[in-house]
Amino acid sequence: MTTFLTGWGRTSPSPATVVRPRDAAEVAALVGAAPGRGLLARGLGRAYGDAAQNSGGLVLDCTGLGGWSFDEATGLVTASAGVSLHELMTALVPRGWFVPVSPGTRHVTVGGAVAADVHGKNHHRDSSFGAHLRSLTLVTADGAVRTLTPDEPLFHATVGGMGLTGVVCEATFGCVPVASSLMRVDVRRTGDLDETLAAMADDDDRHRYTVAWIDLLARGRRMGRGVLTSGDHAERGARDFAPRTLLRAPRRAPGGLLNGVSVRAFNEAWYRRAPRRASVVQGIAPFFHPLDAVEGWNRVYGPRGFVQYQFVVPFGAEKTLREIVGRLSSTGTVSFLTVLKRFGAGSSGLLSFPMPGWTLALDIPAGQRGLGRLLRGFDERVAEAGGRVYLAKDSRLRADMMARMYPGLDRWRRIRDEADPAGLFRSDLARRLGL
Amino acid sequence: MKNALGAVDTVLLLGGRSEIGLEIVRLLVGLGASRIVLAMREPGGPPPAVTPNVERPAGAAPPEVHVLPFDALDAASHGEVFDKAVELVGDLDVVISAFGVLGGQDAYDADPAAAMTDVAVNYGAHVSAGLHAARVLRRQGHGTLVVLSSVAGARVRRANFVYGSAKAGLDGFAQGLGDALHGTGARVLIVRPGFVIGRMTEGLTPAPLSSTPRQVALATVRALREGRASVWVPPALGPAFGLMRLLPRALWRRMPR
Repeated sequence: MTTFLTGWGRTSPSPATVVRPRDAAEVAALVGAAPGRGLLARGLGRAYGDAAQNSGGLVLDCTGLGGWSFDEATGLVTASAGVSLHELMTALVPRGWFVPVSPGTRHVTVGGAVAADVHGKNHHRDSSFGAHLRSLTLVTADGAVRTLTPDEPLFHATVGGMGLTGVVCEATFGCVPVASSLMRVDVRRTGDLDETLAAMADDDDRHRYTVAWIDLLARGRRMGRGVLTSGDHAERGARDFAPRTLLRAPRRAPGGLLNGVSVRAFNEAWYRRAPRRASVVQGIAPFFHPLDAVEGWNRVYGPRGFVQYQFVVPFGAEKTLREIVGRLSSTGTVSFLTVLKRFGAGSSGLLSFPMPGWTLALDIPAGQRGLGRLLRGFDERVAEAGGRVYLAKDSRLRADMMARMYPGLDRWRRIRDEADPAGLFRSDLARRLGL
Repeated sequence: MKNALGAVDTVLLLGGRSEIGLEIVRLLVGLGASRIVLAMREPGGPPPAVTPNVERPAGAAPPEVHVLPFDALDAASHGEVFDKAVELVGDLDVVISAFGVLGGQDAYDADPAAAMTDVAVNYGAHVSAGLHAARVLRRQGHGTLVVLSSVAGARVRRANFVYGSAKAGLDGFAQGLGDALHGTGARVLIVRPGFVIGRMTEGLTPAPLSSTPRQVALATVRALREGRASVWVPPALGPAFGLMRLLPRALWRRMPR
């Protein structure tokens, strides 16, 4: 059936024939009969841009690849690609275990977590999802079902490879023991960007999870003020996990709801609401996935959707970070949720995003004037500083930036070309970026 | 692929010397388009410059420009032009159908055969090229065909009814094609300028509400970005022709030009 697909940002819809295979054998059969426009695996569609779209081609809805097992002795989970982190948490937390890495939403599949090499608030300590992978099963262009371990180059081209090396069908990764489903969280308000950066650097060693929300609309002395939250799994307490949906976004929200006025008001309230300094206890869901409590929150941006822009610059390039925050603040760019985080060591994925440094994530309504030019200017600065833009969130980067931002690109291409000489695995993102 | 903010990467211009067509290409290059195919009659010598008329994105490499031979009247060769363009640059984000000729009504009265040839260029050739474009864009599931129509076809005037009738046919074809492509991801954008001051109209006195190729290009690029189905340049021509269609013929035929 032909369906128009978009990413979570709801921009650039494109049509594809969507089929839902049930197991690796069905995936292999579909790969063998791939149409001229190629095919691509898709999970829960949480990538913001066009990473899980294949205009005019075939898209495999991999949420049908279900089933998983857990070995308590080793802490290893082996899960089919379509299993969501939500499903795993629901079952594992009561047993005293947690996923090694959780992004800002738990509604991502294991396959997607591998393909985007997702990261979370513990990146500074635990790196990204790929660093916890022991092996994965990949259906390659020749229709073979291959089990890959970190000894093989194709493994490292697949981790963070955006689904372009084949269809991930299963992954085995280590989980972490937790004593409770509660989090001990330190909340701290910071007055400006320098204080935010210093506080985050301080907290790196003290806490497993840290992240800062930044008020981008604050100007002058307050530029870069924010709220830093740092957490750890509590040592005792109940072990239950039953997150609830608190709100549901309207099916059709008008455009322009999130504008300079509403976001400024929200930011002010959010900043004021946060204690100057306090320790609180939170559940896993409110700490890790606050937005998951609002079903379909992406619809609030209206019919034109929104653009996510997440970049990382290495430590030492704080000047670039300051310039970008300054420019966003001075142009009054409306970013509803701006998040700053420190990355630790990257994983071995050749196209993986994280690298040691500062990462800033913005989401901006797509209709904002001058946005294209503003973000292209940022691309240039980020590339110059030796940083990069996150492909799982990207929807507008230019092809000529790819090689500058991803030094592993040539090597990735060689491995991919060998595994998929005819280029069966394709996405709109791959076409846009010439991958 | 068109990105989330509406910037395109690849452009095929049919009528590679068209003033309006090149102006659109230059704007698109300025906004980030990096692979351009100019299809034109007798491509000899250096290709027309597509140096952007706005600032290129910082650090962007110069665009890659290819030239292909294109003979509007040789419909049998049109398919190959599209296939070659796809081979050269991949998916076509924008196809601009900009070729055309403008002859005087008096000359057509004196040489009906020439009138027929020009109608074949201004209408028939666009039908063939448009259907080939539709084949490619439908397969891709994305992309826009820009058709340069004219107010001359909105209501045909006696002063240039040969040219006007070809544009009327072209406009109707483009509307129908746009409807046929609805739901496929591919789109048609119909551009309806009034009198355009440029090479094609040299020696003619500009009509009211005339525009320059640059103005037409700016309006086209804005409409492309917004995903519109048609655009009048200047916009006032839309309502103006809405009224003019209602004028009784006895009055309409007295229009001086």
